[in-house]
Amino acid sequence: MNCVTGKNFTATRNACKLCAPLGACLAFRGIEGCLPFLHGSQGCATYIRRYMISHFREPMDIASSSFGEDSVVFGGRRNLFDGLRHVIEGYRPQVIGIATTCLAETIGDDVSMFVKEFVSAERKQTALPYILHASTPSYSGSHADGYQWAVRAIVDQLAVDGPNEKFIGVFPGMVSPADLRHLRELLDDFGMPFSIVPDYSDPLDGPVWGDYHRIPYGGTPVREIGKLGRASAVVELASTLSEKQSAATLLDERFSTAVFRTGLPIGIRQTDAFFRVLEQITGRPTPARHAGERGRLIDAYVDGHKYTFGKKVALFGEEDFVVGLAAFCCEIGLRPVLCASGGKSGRLRECIMAAAPEIDPATPILEGADFAEIGETILPLKPDLLIGNSKGFTLSRTTGTPLIRVGFPIHDRISGPRSLHLGYRGAQRLFDTVCDKLMEIRQESNDIGYSYI
Amino acid sequence: MHDETINLLEKRKRQVHTGGDFDMVAEKQSLAGAVSQRSCSFCGSRVVLYPIADAIHVVHGPIGCASYTWDIRGALSSGPELHRLSFSTDMQEKDVIYGGESKLHRALVELIDEYRPKAAFVYATCIVGVIGDDVVAICRKVEREKGIPVIAVDSEGFKGSKKEGYKAACNALFKIVGTDDVQEKIPKSINILGDFNLAGEIWIIKEYYERMGVHVVCTISGDGRVDDIRKAHRAQVNIVQCSGSVMNLARMLEHEYGTPSLRASYFGIEDMSKALYDVADFFDDAEMRRSAQRVIKEEVARLLPALAPYRKDLKGKKAAVYTGGAFKVFSLVRSLRTLGMEVVVAGSQTGTVDDYRLLSELCDPGTVILDDTNPLELAKFVKEKDVDLFIGGVKERPIAYKLGVGFCDHNHERKEALAGFIGMLNFAKEVHSSVMSPVWQFAPRRAGQ
Repeated sequence: MNCVTGKNFTATRNACKLCAPLGACLAFRGIEGCLPFLHGSQGCATYIRRYMISHFREPMDIASSSFGEDSVVFGGRRNLFDGLRHVIEGYRPQVIGIATTCLAETIGDDVSMFVKEFVSAERKQTALPYILHASTPSYSGSHADGYQWAVRAIVDQLAVDGPNEKFIGVFPGMVSPADLRHLRELLDDFGMPFSIVPDYSDPLDGPVWGDYHRIPYGGTPVREIGKLGRASAVVELASTLSEKQSAATLLDERFSTAVFRTGLPIGIRQTDAFFRVLEQITGRPTPARHAGERGRLIDAYVDGHKYTFGKKVALFGEEDFVVGLAAFCCEIGLRPVLCASGGKSGRLRECIMAAAPEIDPATPILEGADFAEIGETILPLKPDLLIGNSKGFTLSRTTGTPLIRVGFPIHDRISGPRSLHLGYRGAQRLFDTVCDKLMEIRQESNDIGYSYI
Repeated sequence: MHDETINLLEKRKRQVHTGGDFDMVAEKQSLAGAVSQRSCSFCGSRVVLYPIADAIHVVHGPIGCASYTWDIRGALSSGPELHRLSFSTDMQEKDVIYGGESKLHRALVELIDEYRPKAAFVYATCIVGVIGDDVVAICRKVEREKGIPVIAVDSEGFKGSKKEGYKAACNALFKIVGTDDVQEKIPKSINILGDFNLAGEIWIIKEYYERMGVHVVCTISGDGRVDDIRKAHRAQVNIVQCSGSVMNLARMLEHEYGTPSLRASYFGIEDMSKALYDVADFFDDAEMRRSAQRVIKEEVARLLPALAPYRKDLKGKKAAVYTGGAFKVFSLVRSLRTLGMEVVVAGSQTGTVDDYRLLSELCDPGTVILDDTNPLELAKFVKEKDVDLFIGGVKERPIAYKLGVGFCDHNHERKEALAGFIGMLNFAKEVHSSVMSPVWQFAPRRAGQ
C-alpha cells in the first residue's frame, strides 16, 4: 500500500470489484422461494456465501455442482443433474437460479441445454421448480454485471405475453435491503400496484426464527415477474447499464413495454427525476409524506451547508452507485476529487457529467480501478473523506482519511443491510452522516474542545 | 404454514451418526447440491501460505478468488505485511482465449520490482490448467530473472477439497525448506507447524516453549518469513498442530531430513499442557520438564480462579461444534467440559472415519457426529438438541443466530487469541458473552420460557 509510483500495473492490486457470480447469487436471492446454484467448483459457492454473510449477517445458502477433476474432463452435466436433484430433495425450492462460474464457461458446458434435458427427464417423476440460468463468467465484467445479467436472465426466462395490467415494474439495481424497503414504501404511497425485481429485502434482512426455514421468506414471486411485460410501465434504476444487459430493454423489445430509465435516486436531483417518472406513470402528484421529507431534507442541507462546502471527497464502488454519490455530493457542495469503480462500462464519465454537471471536468474518473490505483491517485489530492464500501478501510487507515461506509460490502460495521441511500430519506441519512463526520473532524482537529460546532 | 421439517438427503445418511453402532463414512467428495460448508483446493493452499508475510501472493485467474481472500484472516505479522495485499492477474476473456502466460509474467515482474518480496507464491485457479497456461515455466523464468523463489502452487479449485490444497501448499513450502546453507540441527529446537498466528496465538505458544528453554527455529506459517522457512530442516522436531494442514510438510521433513514430528493442540488446559510436556519428553530433559511444570503451574494457577465465575454461569449448557479439521473438535469438547458444558453436536469438514470414531467415544452417548455437513443438517440438529451455543466459522453463524442460539467464532474472524492458557480464558469470556446475553429472551425459541 506504500507504493506511489503511478505506474500502470498489470496485476490488479486490492480489487475494487468482485466476480460476476456473486452479483447473480444476490439477484437470485431476491426471487421468492429461489435457491441460488453455482455451476462450478465448491469453493466459489463457499467463498461467495462467506463474503455475503459477513455483510448481510443472514443465511445465504448457495448450492454448487461441486466439480471434481472428472467434471472438468467430461463436462459438468452429471454434477449439474445430481446437484439439481439434491437441491430439489433437500430444499424443495420453487425456483433454482443457476449461474455459471468461469470454469464451467471455459470447459464449454451448455447449461441451457443441460437444463432442458434435465427438465424433460425429470418432469414425469416430480413437480419441478422453475430452473433459471444466467451466464456469468467471472472473466467478463464484475459483480455488478453479474447482477444485471441475472436480472435480465430472470426476466427473459419468466416473462410471458398476455393482457396488460395496471402495475409498475421496478428494476432497483444493486441496492441495500433498506433501500428496497424504502422503494416499496414510496411505491405504495403512489397507490399503484408494483413489483420490484429482484427484492431481497426480506430474505437478507429478516427476523429471528422459531423454526429454521430452508429458504428464507420473501422475494419477488415468480407470477409477478411473469407479467412484467404487461406492466403499465417498467422503471430501471441504472445509468451505466448497456442495452444488451438491460432487462427493461428486453421487455421493450419483446412486449413493447413502456420503459423509463433513471439513475439510482441518490440525492435530491436524482430522486426528483425518479418521482417525476412515478408521477407520470401513475398520474398522481408526489405523496405529501415524501414532499415533506424533501422539504426537511432541504432544510437540513441549508443548516449544514457550511460544513460541507468545498470539502474534498473520493468516491468508489459500483459504477451506478458512484454516479448517484457524485450527484449527491455535488449538490451539497462537496467536491469529488476522484470517482472510481472496478467496473468497466465505458460510460462512467459520461453518466457522472450528466448527473453532476457542476463537477470539475478535470476530476479523475477511473473505470477498472483497484484500491492501489485509487490510493496512488488520491495521495496528492488529499481528500477530506472517502465515501464507499468497507474495502476502502485499508486505504483509509494508511492515508488517515476517514471513511464513510456506504453500499456493498460493509464487513466491519453491523449496519450494512440497514443503510439507506435512496430517496429523500436516504439522502437525509447520507447528509447527516457526512455532516456529522465533518463536524466531528472539525471539533477534534484542534485543542480547544469547542462544545458548540 | 410451510412444512419446514428437515430430512437428511438419502446419500448423506452415512455421514451422519446419531447413535447406535458406529458406521460412518468420510473423506468423500462433497455431494453436488448439498450446500457443503467446505471450500476448495485453492482455499486450502491460500489458508496455509497466506500468513507468510514477506512474500507476495499472486492469484492467477479471474478476480473473484483474489477478492474473496483479501485480508481474509487475522494472521498477524511482527514485521512486514505483504500478505495482507491482494494481487490478481484478473484474467479477462481475451486472456482465457489467448492464454494468460505473458500477463502473468508481466504482473510478477512488476510486483516483485515494486514490493521487493523475499518470495512469490503464484496460485493457479480453476481455469488456468484448462486453458493450458504453463505456470511452472513462467515461475521458473521470473525466478531466474529476479533471483527470489517464485513458486507455482498447484491449487486449482476443482482438484478437491481444502485437504488437496494443503498438500499443494506443503509442496510449495518444501521448495524453500533446506535452501539455507547450514545443514546441522540446532540443539533443543523445534518448528511450530500448522498454526496461523490468528490474533497472535503463535506468540503465546512460542513464549511458553521459550520459557522451557526450547529454541523455536521457524513457525509455519503464522508470522512466517521466507528465510526462517529455509532453515526449517535444522529443527530437531516438528510440533504439528491441526488435523493436517501441514502434516504433509512434516512428513517430507521427516523423509528428507529425518526430523520426527509430534502432534499438538493448544486449545484448552489439558491439550495445551500436553503440548508442552510432550516436547520435554521428546528431548528427555529433566530440567526442561521441570520448566514445563513451572510454566503450566503458574499459568493454571492464574487461570482457574479467573474461569470460576464463567463456569458457574455456563454449567450444564449444551454446545454444537463444527470446524474445518477434526483435531480441533477434540480440544473443543475438552475445553467446553472445563467450562461445565456438554457437546451434543460435533463435526468437521475434513475428518476421517477414525477421527469420528474417536470423537463418538470422547463425547457423551447420543451426541450427533457430522461429516461434511450443510446448513440444513446443522439447523436440524441445533434445533433438535436444543443447543445454547454454536462454535464454528462465519458460514455457520447465521444458522445459530436465526435460531436464537449463541455463537463463538473459532475460525478466520476471531480477534481474541483462543490458544494457550490465556486463550482458554478468552474462550470462556467469549462463550459467556454470547450464551449469557439477555437478547435471547426475545428470540422465538426462548420467548415464553
